Amino acid sequence: MDLGFIAQYLLNGIVLGVIYAMVAVGFTLFFGVLDVIKFSHGDVVMAGAFTALATYAGLELLGLGYPTFAAVFITLAGIAAMALLGALLAKFLILPLRNAPPLNTLLITLMFGLALRESVRLFYPNGSNPKPFPQLLPDLSLSLGNLELRFDSVLLIIVGLGAIIGVHMLIERSRIGLAIRAVAQDPETARLMGINFERVVLATFGLGSALAALAGVTNGLYYSEVNFGMGLLLGVIGFSAAVVGGLGSLYGAIIGGFLFAALQTIGAVWFSVPAYKDVFAFACIIALMAWKPTGLLAAKSAERV
Amino acid sequence: MKRHYVTLITLLFMLGVAGCASDDKETVKVAFIGPLTGGVSANGLGGRNSAELAIRLQNADSSSKYKYELVALDDECKPNIGVQVATKVAADKHIVAGVTHYCSAVAMGTVDVYHKFGLPVVVWGAVLPDITYGNDYAEVHRVNGTMINQNEVAADFMLQQGYKTWAVVHDTTDYGKGHNRYFSKFVIDKGGRIVGTFGVSADQQDFNAELTKVKELDPDVIYFGGLAPTGVRLRSQMEKLGINAVFQGTSGIVSDAFIDGLGPLAEGVLAFREGAPVEKLPGGESFLSQYQQQDFGEPPEAYGAFAFAAANLIIDAIEKVGPDRKLVMQELNATRDHDSVVGPVTFDEHGQNTVALITRYVIQDGKWVVWEESEYASGKRKLPGS
Repeated sequence: MDLGFIAQYLLNGIVLGVIYAMVAVGFTLFFGVLDVIKFSHGDVVMAGAFTALATYAGLELLGLGYPTFAAVFITLAGIAAMALLGALLAKFLILPLRNAPPLNTLLITLMFGLALRESVRLFYPNGSNPKPFPQLLPDLSLSLGNLELRFDSVLLIIVGLGAIIGVHMLIERSRIGLAIRAVAQDPETARLMGINFERVVLATFGLGSALAALAGVTNGLYYSEVNFGMGLLLGVIGFSAAVVGGLGSLYGAIIGGFLFAALQTIGAVWFSVPAYKDVFAFACIIALMAWKPTGLLAAKSAERV
Repeated sequence: MKRHYVTLITLLFMLGVAGCASDDKETVKVAFIGPLTGGVSANGLGGRNSAELAIRLQNADSSSKYKYELVALDDECKPNIGVQVATKVAADKHIVAGVTHYCSAVAMGTVDVYHKFGLPVVVWGAVLPDITYGNDYAEVHRVNGTMINQNEVAADFMLQQGYKTWAVVHDTTDYGKGHNRYFSKFVIDKGGRIVGTFGVSADQQDFNAELTKVKELDPDVIYFGGLAPTGVRLRSQMEKLGINAVFQGTSGIVSDAFIDGLGPLAEGVLAFREGAPVEKLPGGESFLSQYQQQDFGEPPEAYGAFAFAAANLIIDAIEKVGPDRKLVMQELNATRDHDSVVGPVTFDEHGQNTVALITRYVIQDGKWVVWEESEYASGKRKLPGS
């Protein structure tokens, strides 16, 4: 196979991997801090993309639809709205159920996701149809042999990786990050040390949901299209990526995301019927989980006792 | 005992009053089923409006024996939803007949339901041959043609233009698989070569991996067997990967929604559809002007005229034999050279109308233009890769 094509597959896979990793990091954050699985996460990705889309419609009405400005503005709007939504979700749905069986949290977030999805479908104008997402990034590309290197793909990879690294730095280096890590290790002791437990939980959910919004906008800009059901598969893929990488581990989520994208790309290249690529990818995930039930990089077991 | 008589008499009296209060014409219900939401909803809404137009025109006619009411339901272009609404319609004894389905995968699932409940239906948009030919249900009819003819004409036409190699991308529903089967067969028989075939799921978003493989195979033409939303994604991602091949679609992408979704990228896309363009049909001009007068808000789209014709066939049958499913079905089966907006309709023993004419389309300046009238045919513009 020509080197250009290999590079092209690699580039396609990396964009997908960045999107999946952003979703997976959210799952892993929530699980790490509060031991909950938030199944509405995929729909938050979708809601983030739709918030950005609605913001763009507003900007256009105001005559402010300059591509670069709009791209930055709608991304920030989506991120801010979803960070707020994530924090509200934690405060009113997840924290009150903290002492209930984990199954209840799982169910309530599943229901919330469904409600969010159906609301967009019913209340967003013409929401049940796929929506064209504005092409705001410059349409530049470089043909290197058989590789079509597009500026927007490269930019999305840089921004996505930057965001993931940013979250990582925040957790490792900042005071709030220290508090998040403390709560993740032992909520009771952390509280005794004077850490505001609720605030840490809200911050974590805000952070994870902001990343989900970025994933949603990236997805919209990359494919030039969003639809109300896009969160469903993204949520499942993000969750699988987080689990296979090891729930609770940030690196695990990133590895899981890229692994899933790689499996999908390999599946599409190998099989004559590319529709089987998801079957192939999920089958590999099942095999991996049978081999390493706690994930490739399991969270340190000390946290779990 | 006496009390019971009183109740009975009161009841009868009330029924009598209710009977008098209603219109002097009996109301007859006709169902319409199509995709009113989802990616191909533009076609569904155009079809619904066209069927509604037939009903309104009939109700406005004072010589009409009955008052008609259209019950429009949404199949979302999903087989499972389609079977649900088909069962709902078929189980409703007040509904006499139905104008049903744009999506072939849905129609394939619902024909059994119509047969079981004995509801006569006229398909208005789905093109898979098996809907009429795959069974011997007397209930199922179709006014539009099948995908067999359009793919034969497509293969002939493309070979004439000098193209030699194809990569086929089709969705894995019965619809997409049917297109793949017939087009591949015709194009290979006639001397073309297929370098690769890719089945993709109908709601798939990412085609980069498939298209990178297509780029490697370097075909003259990408043949796409599927519906408009998937087609939009495929065409735009093709551009992003810098693939310079002709995009050849089927009747499934002949819709304004396809052009709206792509903008300038739609230029030079080819497609084939059975039947003449609406404005060239015998009753096309009057159909379009009456459609405009009704203020529907959505255009009739590529299959509106067929839905209009299907609704009229049903209305004519009911006017003749009365609102009885069995009689209407027999009347429909006996349709020979029935005058309609899409030309004379004749059903064969499978209830299939013969639509011999296939129109070739190319998108030019954001419009579906008949090939012979386009600047591509006159040589003023060139298709990509030629």
